[in-house]
Amino acid sequence: MQLTTQHFIALLPLLITCTTPVVVMLGIAWKRNHSQTFMLSTIGLNLALLSIIPASKAAPLEVTQLLMIDNYSLLYMSLILVTTLACMTLCHAYLGDKAGLPGYPGNREEIYLLFLLASAGGEVLVSAQHLASLFIGLELLSIPVYGMVAYAFFNKRSLEAGIKYMVLSAVGSAFLLFGMALLYADSGSLSFISLGKSLSGSGVHGTLVQIGVGLMLIGLGFKLSMVPFHLWTPDVYEGAPAPVAAFLATASKVAVFVVLLRLYQISPAMADGWLNHLLSLIAVGSIIFGNLLALMQSNLKRLLGYSSIAHFGYLLIALIASKGMAVEAVGVYLVSYVLTSLGAFGVITLMSTPFSGRDADALYEYRGLFWRRPYLTAVLTLMMLSLAGIPLTAGFIGKFYVIATGVESELWWLIGVLILGSAIGVFYYLRVMVTLYLIEPHLRRHDAPLNWGQRTSGIMLMLVAFLAFLLGVYPQPLLDLVHHSSLALAG
Amino acid sequence: MILPWLILIPFIGGFLCWQGERLGASAPRWIALLSMALLFALGLWLWATGDFSLAPAPGAEPRWTSEFQVDWIDRLGISVHLALDGLSVLMVVLTGLLGVLSVLCSWKEIQHRVGFFHLNLMWILGGVIGVFLAIDLFLFFFFWEMMLVPMYFLIALWGHSGSVGKSRITAATKFFIFTQASGLIMLVAILGLVFVHYSQTGALTFAYADLLKTQMAPGTEYLLMLGFFAAFAVKFPVVPVHSWLPDAHAQAPTAGSVDLAGILLKTAAYGMLRFSLPLFPNASAEFAPIAMALGVFAIVYGALLSFAQTDMKRLVAFSSVSHMGFILIAIYSGSQIALQGAVVQMISHGLSAAALFILSGQLYERLHTRDMREMGGLWGRMSWLPAVSLFFAAAALGLPGTGNFIGEILILIGTFPSFPWIASLAATGLVFGSVYSLCMIHRAYFGPAKSESAIAGLNSRELITVLGLAGLLILLGVYPQPVLDTSAASMQGVQQWISTAFSQLVTAR
Repeated sequence: MQLTTQHFIALLPLLITCTTPVVVMLGIAWKRNHSQTFMLSTIGLNLALLSIIPASKAAPLEVTQLLMIDNYSLLYMSLILVTTLACMTLCHAYLGDKAGLPGYPGNREEIYLLFLLASAGGEVLVSAQHLASLFIGLELLSIPVYGMVAYAFFNKRSLEAGIKYMVLSAVGSAFLLFGMALLYADSGSLSFISLGKSLSGSGVHGTLVQIGVGLMLIGLGFKLSMVPFHLWTPDVYEGAPAPVAAFLATASKVAVFVVLLRLYQISPAMADGWLNHLLSLIAVGSIIFGNLLALMQSNLKRLLGYSSIAHFGYLLIALIASKGMAVEAVGVYLVSYVLTSLGAFGVITLMSTPFSGRDADALYEYRGLFWRRPYLTAVLTLMMLSLAGIPLTAGFIGKFYVIATGVESELWWLIGVLILGSAIGVFYYLRVMVTLYLIEPHLRRHDAPLNWGQRTSGIMLMLVAFLAFLLGVYPQPLLDLVHHSSLALAG
Repeated sequence: MILPWLILIPFIGGFLCWQGERLGASAPRWIALLSMALLFALGLWLWATGDFSLAPAPGAEPRWTSEFQVDWIDRLGISVHLALDGLSVLMVVLTGLLGVLSVLCSWKEIQHRVGFFHLNLMWILGGVIGVFLAIDLFLFFFFWEMMLVPMYFLIALWGHSGSVGKSRITAATKFFIFTQASGLIMLVAILGLVFVHYSQTGALTFAYADLLKTQMAPGTEYLLMLGFFAAFAVKFPVVPVHSWLPDAHAQAPTAGSVDLAGILLKTAAYGMLRFSLPLFPNASAEFAPIAMALGVFAIVYGALLSFAQTDMKRLVAFSSVSHMGFILIAIYSGSQIALQGAVVQMISHGLSAAALFILSGQLYERLHTRDMREMGGLWGRMSWLPAVSLFFAAAALGLPGTGNFIGEILILIGTFPSFPWIASLAATGLVFGSVYSLCMIHRAYFGPAKSESAIAGLNSRELITVLGLAGLLILLGVYPQPVLDTSAASMQGVQQWISTAFSQLVTAR
């Protein structure tokens, strides 16, 4: 096919995101300076973010068979870019200003390269409409993350988490590939649309297709840490440096879920009865086990890890419903979830700033935080309420949408499980929340720097919290945005 | 334009309290007192000037005394829609009054983190007022859930630590989980109703007036009604799901108990009168025998358990379960007299339970215990408090001359013609009521004294709060007409909904 200027404009965000690592790499080779590297990467991602505007004029446009740039993919591209920017800002504070001052002892610059690469992977993934680009995007997203998780490699936990994630992720990818191969064997095509056509045309699906779809689901389930493929999640979240855990919980999961939704929407044959039953089982498992396992955690990062399993269980309900408001619900839920997770991990990051061997992730370190850092605590409280889905927060709107979708599609059992899960979830979110307000224990190991509010990361965090509150009170702009970001079907 | 201010005053006031702590510990108290007084005054002004013959009734567009509407979430047909009728104005006034009282009664009790305490206190009241005014179902749910968080903090941070396994955090969490989970069931029912309406008209809306016109299949209506009932039953509380209430009361600070018993429980009754019955009249009529049976059971069971308590606040908490049972019966009786009685009972129970909680709080400040086994013989050792307690105990058992008597007698009279058995069984609650009330007085204030030393009596602030309540209760007891007039139109509307459904039910059989 002929590539015109229009195509390049549509691809602009991706192109800029891919150029930035090259520039940053050259920059590091020229002069190793933490702040300069950070600035370069932020400028690159901001440019990419700006280029969404011209790209949205060109959308919807199919760029080769592999990528489809439509409003849907542009929405999530910007979500991923913003998330990556937020994680990088957190990371900058976390690693410490420059070598010599307290902070991370090794080289600090390379992690930005990994962030940039991973976000490029995410962008490919959200616009993929072909199994090949799905796989490329997924690997481009995952492989830098191995490095990021193990970035504090001299720390045993971080290294262990990195290796664990790498091995399991590779296994997941292998399942995914095998599944794709089986699908290809049956339908002779790899693009979502023709896959959908050939599968719906044949009427009765062979065992081969069923196994293929099942294997793909296992692969994606690993990445999304759905039950029963969730075992790696708490360990990796605990071991990874806090800003990386934030990235893992937000950008990486969002990208995978978005492509799953596109696959599910475009190839309706995928949405057949048996697959829905399977997904329902996974959703129920994720909600119940995610919440139950989070119940007694005393480590905040592990707790958030389990809670993210549960949240993707809730999201699956919208995916299973897959009609009416479902796509919208997924959008609203993802945005609110991303804001909330960023906020929660952001507080953990600031508490562990600057890097000092291990993160402040034990719950007792947060005891009585309110009386020392009231605004930081207000942020974390808001995030916990948002995760629990209490009104005045973005999380409520998200949960409201998912329940609405479930009611619309009459998925009563799943709604019942969702209510049960929320009731369990409230318990541990409240436990975290009330800890913040208890009497101080007088043993402090970690605390956020006193001037956290005046630093970039602190301002960013305040902004996230403000947005989470604003969207809870006045969600109309978000709903409009998501409403107009519908999927485009390419011919 | 005054309606949004009723909600905003507590929220802004609460925020000012938090920030006002920098000016000293007493600044938040004064700010809170002033904003509550302002709220109360606004409520009274609305009551004095409003025309309460306007109220929603079947077969016509709902008419309101005062209304306020701005668009909120267009996409889903949600708007900030507030409205006031006779029922809501009474509840708003009650909220304002108890708001003032709860600030007054925590003047001495709360000494730590005063600003944050008042923030939570004000925000609970703001949420409650929102519940009483909202007539957009989304907005209603929004406030319904929102008031839980500050209440949770109030119990968890300023509560009394109980014995092992009954800590204040456990109690607060139990309260939160019960109400939150049941609230989500109601949300599902609300959404179910909205989508049924959507499938009929093609318009997505959460507006009360539109949803009233929804036609439903009997099965659907019954299920949706049960969803609403689940949330209201937990807050009410109806007996199988009441277990959070005594724990929450026992652990909560005095102001928390006052709000909980005085107004939070009333939101459930209000919700049934405003939403459950008008939206699902046929299902409610069908469900009425079950609901009334639950009410009778709550009356007897609450009274019996109340009798067995040794903790004074738990005793009052269980007596609340018993008194709320009367209201439940009245709501489902379908009689205008009983419904009017329910309104009087809501107010007088709010006043008398609040007073009893304030009195146990005052006792606790002096004795540092609420265990009645460690009291006894207090009558001679302190001035005022025992006598005032005796008055409120008498009010709680429904002595003529107090508002409680009017409420209970109207409920029983109204229920008797159509449900004589229910009314007779419920009347035993009055007997049990006098047993546990007098027992409480006897155990705490009479009998051998544990020590002879005198205890400080009530100071003027404390005296004014409780005597003021006593005065209001007597006023309500001897001249309830203004209250009855105000709520008459609203109750008539509700009564028409349910009695039409009752008669259809009879003809269908």
